[in-house]
Amino acid sequence: MARFIVRRLLTMIAVLFAISLVTFAIFEAIPSDPAVRLAGRHATPQQIQQISEKYGFNKPFYVQYLRTMKNIFTGQAYSYTQGFSVTDEIKAGLPATVSLALGAGVLWLLTSIFVGTLAAVRAGRYTDRMLTVLSMAGVSFPPFFLGAVLIYFLGYQAHIFPLGGYVKLTSDPWQWLTHMILPWFTLSVLFVGFYSRVLRSTILDTVNEDYVRTAHAKGLSDNQVLMRHTLRNSLIPIISLWGLDLAQVIGGGAILTESVFNLHGIGQLAAQSIAGLDIIVILVIVMFTAFAVVILQAVIDVVYALLDPRIRLV
Amino acid sequence: MATTSASGTEFSGEIPVSSEGVGEIPPGIGPWQLAWRRLRRNKTALFFGGLFLLIVVLCMLAPVYSHQIAHAGPADGFPDKQIHVGGTTEYVLGVTGIPIGPTWHSRFFLGADGSGRDVAVRLLYGGRNSLEIGAIATIITMILGVLLGVVAGYLRGFSDGVIRFGLDVLWAFPAVLLGVSLGVSIAVGGLGPIKGNSLYVPALVIGIVYIPYVARPVRGQVLGLREREFVDAARQQGLSHSRIMLFEILPNLASTIVVFMPLILANAILLEAGLSYLGAGVQPPNASWGTMISDGINSIPAAFHNVLVPGIMLVLTVMSINVFGDGLRDALDPRAKVRIAH
Repeated sequence: MARFIVRRLLTMIAVLFAISLVTFAIFEAIPSDPAVRLAGRHATPQQIQQISEKYGFNKPFYVQYLRTMKNIFTGQAYSYTQGFSVTDEIKAGLPATVSLALGAGVLWLLTSIFVGTLAAVRAGRYTDRMLTVLSMAGVSFPPFFLGAVLIYFLGYQAHIFPLGGYVKLTSDPWQWLTHMILPWFTLSVLFVGFYSRVLRSTILDTVNEDYVRTAHAKGLSDNQVLMRHTLRNSLIPIISLWGLDLAQVIGGGAILTESVFNLHGIGQLAAQSIAGLDIIVILVIVMFTAFAVVILQAVIDVVYALLDPRIRLV
Repeated sequence: MATTSASGTEFSGEIPVSSEGVGEIPPGIGPWQLAWRRLRRNKTALFFGGLFLLIVVLCMLAPVYSHQIAHAGPADGFPDKQIHVGGTTEYVLGVTGIPIGPTWHSRFFLGADGSGRDVAVRLLYGGRNSLEIGAIATIITMILGVLLGVVAGYLRGFSDGVIRFGLDVLWAFPAVLLGVSLGVSIAVGGLGPIKGNSLYVPALVIGIVYIPYVARPVRGQVLGLREREFVDAARQQGLSHSRIMLFEILPNLASTIVVFMPLILANAILLEAGLSYLGAGVQPPNASWGTMISDGINSIPAAFHNVLVPGIMLVLTVMSINVFGDGLRDALDPRAKVRIAH
């Protein structure tokens, strides 16, 4: 067991290193010289030279890599174009992003469990087909389009919800709620469509397991079998998916939802940095999101191995 | 992928390879014919498949519509033009800069956008771009994903370790963030012979992003396939590894590949729209549904049709691929049929 954990953690560290290298390489691979872009349109060659030396763009790849990583991990990374501290900006965006992630996360998890179970119980019948078409529609809606439609009809037309923006929970809980409802819904639609399909097929697989037949044979009612045996085991893949997706959303993965609702979270920070080609900011966000996913995945794997000894064989 | 056949016995029956041995098959009918029969009975899937074909044909006819009916190219703006609609004369862009809504006439059938361009023309050209990018990206993903999955699953050992490591790294990035990063960095300066504003940039980026989504399940399936008797037999005959992978393993992955293609295509089109919305996909002056929505969002609420029109086309296209793909999976995977009927 200890060997498994050690091996898993070593792989994780190797993947983390590779991620930082890949992220850096993606942005380093930009063929146009970053110094030229930073210097502006009417820069003299001397100015470009100065900037290039100031930020170290003329140094070899590994020197730039080490320097950038050192800056990031000591909190010394500053925006190339605006001069702000990247760490501060991410901290400022965190409340909005966490509000979005946690609220939407609870909403989409509970809804998918309900929808997926209902579809599986009614498999092949009318309800199942309706839910199938609905979840197909759900996974086909891009969040920025759904968000724009909701803002237009429920915001501009009906005046039920605000037009976007974020209000701090601490300053006005009611305003916070009304500002978050549409983003929560928008982000959840996509996940519910996907999760409920996964849960439905997992339940339909589990139903044929021996232990479910045993549970029926010992006289449990259909509902008892569903709740105590089928559902409990079918939820495992859903929950681990949920953990990873939540990590992505907190890391700025909900970039589309955040921008359309103007939430000023980490995702929108990334979107704005893309527009301004502010490389260092995107680099930090992308890298830390990938880190969160990898670390969480490793934790999930170890927990699985603790729970189920068969997995350690692989 | 958690429980691979560690024992390596012949009882590796959990792989849904083909439908041989299922009692309901009359003699003389192959699995593909059987799948086609099932698909033919699924009217919903056929309807949405037809809808998708219709959208493809319409978008391919974009130049015809542009020249013969609308008399405007996708990048031609007419901000000062007056047009006659139902007896009254209106500016394409009003005094306040608000574009005209749908006229339901040959010119500006679906209205104009903020630069006075014909929305219907741009919708068709944009659709053509979105579909082309989706198709190229899907081809890239399928070829590389299947190749890596087969090699990793069949050779195991060192190659498997290296490929799996690469896939893990790629997998860790959220699809949109990775796509945006690659899209931005390539769009700025281009990549070798590919220019920065070329349509091949988003196609390539999206093609790379989705590789793990195909390679991982394929690898899992190949791990099971390589233990089966027909592979043993091929090995006994002295066939080389590459021949076994190509002629023994690959044909058995056919149904998996067919099931994955619509799934990847739908997601590729969605991702293209997302990247273009963020400015990291299709670059101006090229149109795509994503760029059209992105342009239109600034004109809410005055000209909502600029968002609604491309958005509806996007959702219809992606949904028709998804529903058809779902029907295809039901038809190709006989187990699902058995399970539902229990």
